[in-house]
Amino acid sequence: MLKLSALTKRYDTGDLALNQVDLVIPDAQVLALIGPSGAGKSTLIRCVNRLVEPTSGSATLNDINLTKLSSRALRKSRRKMGMIFQEYALVERLTVMENVLSGRLGYVGFWRSYFRKFPKDDIKEAFRLLDRVGLLEMADKRADELSGGQRQRVGICRALIQDPDLLLVDEPTASLDPKTSRQIMRLINELCSERGLTAIINIHDVLLAQMFAQRIVGLANGEVVYDGKPEGLTPEVLTQIYGEEDWTATIEKVDEEDEEE
Amino acid sequence: MGAVMVVINSGTEIEWRRRTTKKQIGIWLGWLVGISIILFAWSVISEKTVWFFVQDAPRQAADIGSRMIPPKWSYITKLLVPVWDTINIATLGTIIAMTIAVPVAFCAARNTTPHNSVRAIALFIIVSSRSVNSLIWALMLVFILGPGVLAGTIAIGLRSIGFCAKLLYESIEEIDESQVEAVKATGASNIQQMTYGILPQVLPTIAGVGIYRWDINIRESTILGLVGAGGIGLQLNGSINTLAWTQVSTILLVILVTVFISEWVSAKVRGAII
Amino acid sequence: MSSLSDKQERHYPSVWDKPPFISNSLLRWGIILGAIIYLIAAIASMEINPQRLMEGIPRGQRFIASFFPPNFADNRGVVWDGILESIWMAIISTVAGIALSVPIGLGAARNLAPFWVYITCRSIIAGSRTFPEIILAIFAVKLFGFGPFAGFIALSLGTIGFFAKLLAEDIENSSESQAEAVKATGANWFQWINYAIQPQVMPRMIGLSVYRLDINFRESAVVGIVGGGGIGATLNTAFSRYEFDTAAAILLIIILIVMVLEYASSYLRKWVQ
Repeated sequence: MLKLSALTKRYDTGDLALNQVDLVIPDAQVLALIGPSGAGKSTLIRCVNRLVEPTSGSATLNDINLTKLSSRALRKSRRKMGMIFQEYALVERLTVMENVLSGRLGYVGFWRSYFRKFPKDDIKEAFRLLDRVGLLEMADKRADELSGGQRQRVGICRALIQDPDLLLVDEPTASLDPKTSRQIMRLINELCSERGLTAIINIHDVLLAQMFAQRIVGLANGEVVYDGKPEGLTPEVLTQIYGEEDWTATIEKVDEEDEEE
Repeated sequence: MGAVMVVINSGTEIEWRRRTTKKQIGIWLGWLVGISIILFAWSVISEKTVWFFVQDAPRQAADIGSRMIPPKWSYITKLLVPVWDTINIATLGTIIAMTIAVPVAFCAARNTTPHNSVRAIALFIIVSSRSVNSLIWALMLVFILGPGVLAGTIAIGLRSIGFCAKLLYESIEEIDESQVEAVKATGASNIQQMTYGILPQVLPTIAGVGIYRWDINIRESTILGLVGAGGIGLQLNGSINTLAWTQVSTILLVILVTVFISEWVSAKVRGAII
Repeated sequence: MSSLSDKQERHYPSVWDKPPFISNSLLRWGIILGAIIYLIAAIASMEINPQRLMEGIPRGQRFIASFFPPNFADNRGVVWDGILESIWMAIISTVAGIALSVPIGLGAARNLAPFWVYITCRSIIAGSRTFPEIILAIFAVKLFGFGPFAGFIALSLGTIGFFAKLLAEDIENSSESQAEAVKATGANWFQWINYAIQPQVMPRMIGLSVYRLDINFRESAVVGIVGGGGIGATLNTAFSRYEFDTAAAILLIIILIVMVLEYASSYLRKWVQ
């Protein structure tokens, strides 16, 4: 269970990115975080694994208060939080396999990782994950040779090989075309339910959020303005999150379109 | 240069000018100052010039040129060892420089430096190594180590540290931080972030800079012999001093060929690596 | 796609090695072996004599000690003259070198010049780049006599190899479409250069000319060693008279000026962009 209480982040520039956010996410729940650019979505998930240091408040994962951890203990906790990035953030000049195995860095010592001598089980698991996302043949390709969708699959493998309890997903589809976006979202969703993972997914696309998440949280100006079921996203709610606009077309049901893949 | 478009509505006609009047005056003033500096610099130099020699130069050039032809081909056999030395000076000097330049560059880059005071020291090492020409380093090292190839190698090494470290730290500062962030998010330690997130990104630059500098060092090491620090420069200096012009032209041709080959090699290697 | 249960039964390899950089193993070991043999031979050619090195240590200590404290006071007049001469020499040779580089650089750009012009200009550049400024200076001193004029000639020629090459490359890399658009207006050759090429290459060239000024100043410190005037002559005298404290002062002044120039060039580059 992930619990955020009064989580606040004020950047050095004075911008208040998160304002007293309270959120409880039970195990195995997939939550979509929506909101306009600059609403604090990225800051929120980065405050959980402390790539961004929160100013005040706390984030607690399975009874461990992440905000209080020493840097050594933080590294240990980060192993249990897999992260998936907007621009994939693969180390482009390393091979696919190295990128996947880099998810195990928190578990192996420096020299082992330096000479790429990972434990046998890690390597097996890496191959299994690559096979699961359909990239087994790409293992020895360099990451910058892959297409956007393939890269994001590698990014997913890197997060999953950490054997995480929680997935932090930052705009996984922002650099992808609509079809690949859906495939990636479906994959993340399937993997979460296979492994019973909790996930926070930042996403721009309201439709995708509705299609794949069990719960939607709307963020505006660093505050939670909506928290509820995907069906609850009415034009009024969207106006509250994003501002005035004609929302009727956005929240139409799209199931038929979805089948044709 | 940012040319500002200015549209002035003077009465009925619309007039377009590239710059405002004020800016135009500033530019003219800049030219005036620039040209007077150049003229002054020229007057200083020409004051110290014996113009008779300059007028005589074309005749001299023709004279020396005619004495250089034909090159003394048999002299080449005596140049093989100096060329070998020259290449060794450049190669080993570059290796020395790179082994020192890489850590210095990591200390000098804003995003990887352990502390700002370390950064200041690293930057000072870079600028002092760059400012002092390899010939001057060689001059000093010959005093310490005595004449020979070793002094030249270390001189090339010392001179190249700054050059390589400067290019490297600039490229370290330009890496894609999101890749490092992603590695950090897996729970990797600082040194693992370095080897997995940063090093792969700068490795091509490290290789490229090393090869680039090696290419330059081949040229630089051809002259170290002038101060006794080994290499083909010794023969060049000796031949010029004894007015053995046919040997001089042979040496110049050998240098030309060596430099062309090194340029070809470095282009090939760079193409293979990057 | 096959079903999930099917996949879990598959056996995956438990060893993985990073694919080697050179996949042909014979070639790879050949290169490694060759490199090791070369390194051993090269280090052997250094004639490192431990005994002489041991003797060198106290000598080196004395030598370095004699640098301190740097002596700015004695020979102040000579040092000051040398520095100024170097600065003027650097300025005038940068200006002259660039003035010569512009036509040569234009001629060496494949997209501008006819073939024979291209070849001629490229040869000039190659010649100037091959020989270090010192060798050019040796010949300049032979032709023009001792003094800053020889240094000026050497540095100007050196500037051509640097500046014209980069200018030519920049022109070759400039945007094709902008050049075409201006050509399509019916502009003549000079108008075309002025409107289509110049704006594209100008900012970088300004930065490079300050950088070259920096290089020429540093080089002016060594052309003096072979008689080309400037601070190098003063430095050489200081070394040969064993006035190491003065030499240290000169070196510090050179470092300081280079730092100032470096700062100025980065500032100017920002301002130009």
